[in-house]
Amino acid sequence: MFSKKNLKLVTDPINKNNPITVQVLGICSALAVTVKLEPAIVMALSVTVVTGLSNFVISLLRNTIPKRIRIIVQLVVIATLVIIVDQFLKAYSFDVSKQLSVFVGLIITNCIVMGRLEAFAMANKPLPSLLDGIGNGLGYGAILVIVAFFRELFGSGTILDIKVIPQAFYEAGYMNNGFFILPPMALIIIGIIIWLQRGKYKELIED
Amino acid sequence: MENLLNIFIKSIFVENMVFAYFLGMCSYLAVSKTVKTSFGLGVAVVFVQVITLPLNFLMEKYLLKPGALVWLSQSFADVDLSFLTFILFIAVIASLVQLVEMVIEKFSPALYASLGIFLPLIAVNCAILGGSLFMSEREYANVAEASVFGLGSGFGWMLAIVAMAAIREKIKYSQVPTPLRGLGIAFVITGLMGIAFMGFMGINL
Repeated sequence: MFSKKNLKLVTDPINKNNPITVQVLGICSALAVTVKLEPAIVMALSVTVVTGLSNFVISLLRNTIPKRIRIIVQLVVIATLVIIVDQFLKAYSFDVSKQLSVFVGLIITNCIVMGRLEAFAMANKPLPSLLDGIGNGLGYGAILVIVAFFRELFGSGTILDIKVIPQAFYEAGYMNNGFFILPPMALIIIGIIIWLQRGKYKELIED
Repeated sequence: MENLLNIFIKSIFVENMVFAYFLGMCSYLAVSKTVKTSFGLGVAVVFVQVITLPLNFLMEKYLLKPGALVWLSQSFADVDLSFLTFILFIAVIASLVQLVEMVIEKFSPALYASLGIFLPLIAVNCAILGGSLFMSEREYANVAEASVFGLGSGFGWMLAIVAMAAIREKIKYSQVPTPLRGLGIAFVITGLMGIAFMGFMGINL
C-alpha cells in the first residue's frame, strides 16, 4: 500500500505540485476563510476528507459513467459528501461550523475537488486516487494554514485566538495592521508564497 | 426600470464577483493569459449566469421555500425543502454547463480546445453558484430582477478577466523577478486591482 509511488502521490501536492500555487485550483475559499487560523484548519480538514473520498468513489465508478453526463454524476457525489461533512461538523463542533457556515457549502464548487476528479480519478485505480485526493487536500490545507497564520498574527495580533503580541508593544505604539484582514492581502500573501516556492524549485519558473 | 438599472450597475462595479467577493478565482487566474480566450470564457459565464439565475429563482420560489409547494396541493403548505438548495442549484448549473460545452465543441472547436479543462470547471465556478446563493440571500422580488442580476454579475466577471488578460499581455514586456513571473505576479496584480475596486464599495445609485 505504501510503496514509493503511492507515497509520492501524497507528498507531491504538498511540495512541488501544490494545488493552489502550481495547479491554480481552489483559490476562492482560500481567501474567504483565512482571516483566522481555526476556521482555516477545520476547512483544510473538511476539504481533505471530501477530496479523498470523492476521488475514491468516482474512481470506483469511472468505467460506468457515460462521458457526456460525467459532470452531473461527479457533482452529486461531491454534494452528498459535503452534506455529510456539514452534518458532522454541526454535530461535533457546532461553533466552528457556525463560523464556516456558507463556506462548507462552497466546498462543492471548490475547483480542487472537481479538478482532481477530472485530472486523476477518472483515469486511475481507486487506491491511488484516494491517496491523490488526500495529498491534494493536505497541500491545499498547508497553504490555507500558512496564509491564515500570517493574517491572524498581523491582522489581530493573535494565534488561535491566544494573544501573542505582548501588551507592552501596544502601549509603545504598535498597532494591528487592519489591511491584513481585508481580502486583497490574502492574494498578496499567496503571491509571496509562490515567489518563495519558485525561488526554491527553479523548474517551476514560468517564462 | 430604475431599480433594474441600479441592480445592473451595482453588480458590475460595486459588487464585482471577482474583486469584491473573490468568487470564480480559479478559472480567472488560469485562463487569463490571452484576451481572446478570456473573452470567450467570459461570454460563456455570462450565458450560463443569465440562464441559471432565473431558473434557480423559479426553483426556489415554487419548490424549495417553506410552503412553496402550495401550488400543487394545500396539504403541502408546511413542507420545507430548503435543505435541498445546494444540490438542486448545482444540478441546474451542471446540466446547463454540459449543454454549453456541447454547443461550443460543435460550433467553435478552436475555443473548445483552448479552454480545455476550464470549460467543465465553469460548473464549479464559484461565481455561478455564488450568484445563485446571493440571489436567494438578497431575496430579489421577481424573475426580471434575478435575470438582470445574472447579466450584471456575469458582465462584471467578464470585465475582470478581460482586464486581467490585457494587463498580463502587457506585463510580458516588463522585468518581473523570474520566480514571480506568471502566476505569482498575477496574484499580486489581482490583489492591487482588488484594492482599487474597493473604492467602489458603498456607492449607492
